[in-house]
Amino acid sequence: MSEAGELTVTLLRFGFLILLWILVLSTVGALRRDLVVGRRNKVGTPTAREIRKNPELVEEPPPARAAAHRLVVTEGPLTGTTLDLAASPILLGRAQEATLVLEDDYASGRHARLFPQGSRWFIEDLGSTNGTYLGGAQLTRALPVEPGVPIRIGKTVIELRP
Amino acid sequence: MSDVLTVPRSRRTVELFLLLLALAVAVGANYLAGIGREEPLGDYFWSQAITLGVMSLFIHLILRVKAKYADPVILPIVVALNGVGLAMIHRLDLSAAQVNPDFVQVAPQQVLWTAVAMGSAAILLIVLRDHRILRRFTYISLIVSAILLLLPLTPLGLEINGARIWISVGFGTFQPGEIAKITLAIFFAGYLSTNRDLILLAGKKIGPLQLPRFRDLAPMAAAWLVSIGVLIFQRDLGSSILFFGLFMVMIYVATSRVSWVLIGLAMIGVGVFVALELFSHVALRFDSWINAFAPEVYDRAPGGSAQVVQGLFGLANGGLIGTGLGAGRPDLVTYANSDMIIAALGEELGLIGVVAIVMLYVVLVSRGIRAALGTKDGFGKLLACGLSFTIALQCFVVIGGITRLIPLTGLTTPFMSAGGSSLLANWLIVALILLISETARRPAPSAPMKDSFPEALGVSGKPKKSAKETTR
Repeated sequence: MSEAGELTVTLLRFGFLILLWILVLSTVGALRRDLVVGRRNKVGTPTAREIRKNPELVEEPPPARAAAHRLVVTEGPLTGTTLDLAASPILLGRAQEATLVLEDDYASGRHARLFPQGSRWFIEDLGSTNGTYLGGAQLTRALPVEPGVPIRIGKTVIELRP
Repeated sequence: MSDVLTVPRSRRTVELFLLLLALAVAVGANYLAGIGREEPLGDYFWSQAITLGVMSLFIHLILRVKAKYADPVILPIVVALNGVGLAMIHRLDLSAAQVNPDFVQVAPQQVLWTAVAMGSAAILLIVLRDHRILRRFTYISLIVSAILLLLPLTPLGLEINGARIWISVGFGTFQPGEIAKITLAIFFAGYLSTNRDLILLAGKKIGPLQLPRFRDLAPMAAAWLVSIGVLIFQRDLGSSILFFGLFMVMIYVATSRVSWVLIGLAMIGVGVFVALELFSHVALRFDSWINAFAPEVYDRAPGGSAQVVQGLFGLANGGLIGTGLGAGRPDLVTYANSDMIIAALGEELGLIGVVAIVMLYVVLVSRGIRAALGTKDGFGKLLACGLSFTIALQCFVVIGGITRLIPLTGLTTPFMSAGGSSLLANWLIVALILLISETARRPAPSAPMKDSFPEALGVSGKPKKSAKETTR
């Protein structure tokens, strides 16, 4: 190989390494929006350092909540049934293994699930046919349930009570 | 398991831009590998460039139509890795052909497999609109995994280098275990997302540890037995580590209990101890890891350390910036184009190049985990986590083995190693992760909810859809 040819090859080889890193850096660059920790995709409470940088991140402490201790069925075939809440998740549905067996034609076998996290209870739809409604809106992901807010599953409406 | 939300936006144009860059890397690597050794822009160059280019643009178009919100960086990364792998395999072919003119080239077959694998991924993207459908096949996938794992032990099986993990199909060999890792991940995800509460709730609390009930340990024991079975009957340490690691990660992600990890590690300890005592090949592996540089270990006929030490010499020869593609001697290492491909790349691209490749894997795995965080159903979360973890674990085992961090085990480097079944399985995994990332990033439907309220049905007298659900 001629000297000039060798030089070209060496340059091409360096160029390849640079190209490889351009690819790596541009993928990371394309993800920048996803990696931002800010107001837009906040995952949890801001860290102390973030608060120091932008003080508006500090949130008002949430009003003291009455912890829910009972589950009451307010509508549907099981109206009046109550269930004491312990620290364990509750499965709602028509299946026999459910904690609260709903005799409701519009409920699925494993319809929804109530589970405690921190001091709150969350409801999560388990892929039911007719959906679960929290205060009138259909659930698309797990959401916290405040006492007194109706949860509708088929013809059954349940509420948490303090 | 938690949810993270981002602003929905399609970002397919970003994907196209990155894809072109990735194709430039793939084609550039191939051009450099052939430079000075064959006529430039020969047949192989064009077959590689056209296969990768056409198939990846095809998948890109499918994503534009079928999965608009899928993650934009996964496809470009995988195309780049696959392309660099193809270039290195071709470059090793050229060296081997110089030594032995009768040598049958590996690279053209690998290009064919790439086309098959990318085509299968495309079909999976079209056929499987939603990953949640897979949940219905939870137990079927268990049976399929069992069949796939048992296939090599039937008369169809082939034994190569002491491991019985291949079967012969008409035109070549196939490793059913590679597909089994997908079906096992589907089974674990389906099983754990259904029984998570049961596993979480029951059990005694001892100190800070909540121990699981004995009968909830059954699936873990089953996973352990499968791994040990693979180790004993197929003599394949790598797959056995992979299957057990997959199960441990998925049960940890599902329950977030440290006790499971501790129990799993204890079981691995027992497994390693038993394997060291019973199987000479495992003990030899260990010895050639610890005493790699002892001359008698280096020269030992079966189970010597020549392969890993040659790889280390290669890496040292490469140094920081490498010898340049086509200018090193990575062909001196045995299995340079499959198990040791990272050593070959390390020699010719240097530390700078290998770190870039590792970065690509890291970003790929992190995008898989990100899809798991974003998707809303437990099954999808577990599946995405498990599948991306298999890629991560394979990289760790392979690169760790080559750099002598851990004993060398025969696992394939995802997307790079020569071998069709691994390539096919990993492309299918990519298709699944893309689908899950699509459900994770797609904006939630904001159509009026009134229509689906059950009381509307009662008023009109006739149900709009069959609301009564059959018992599951």
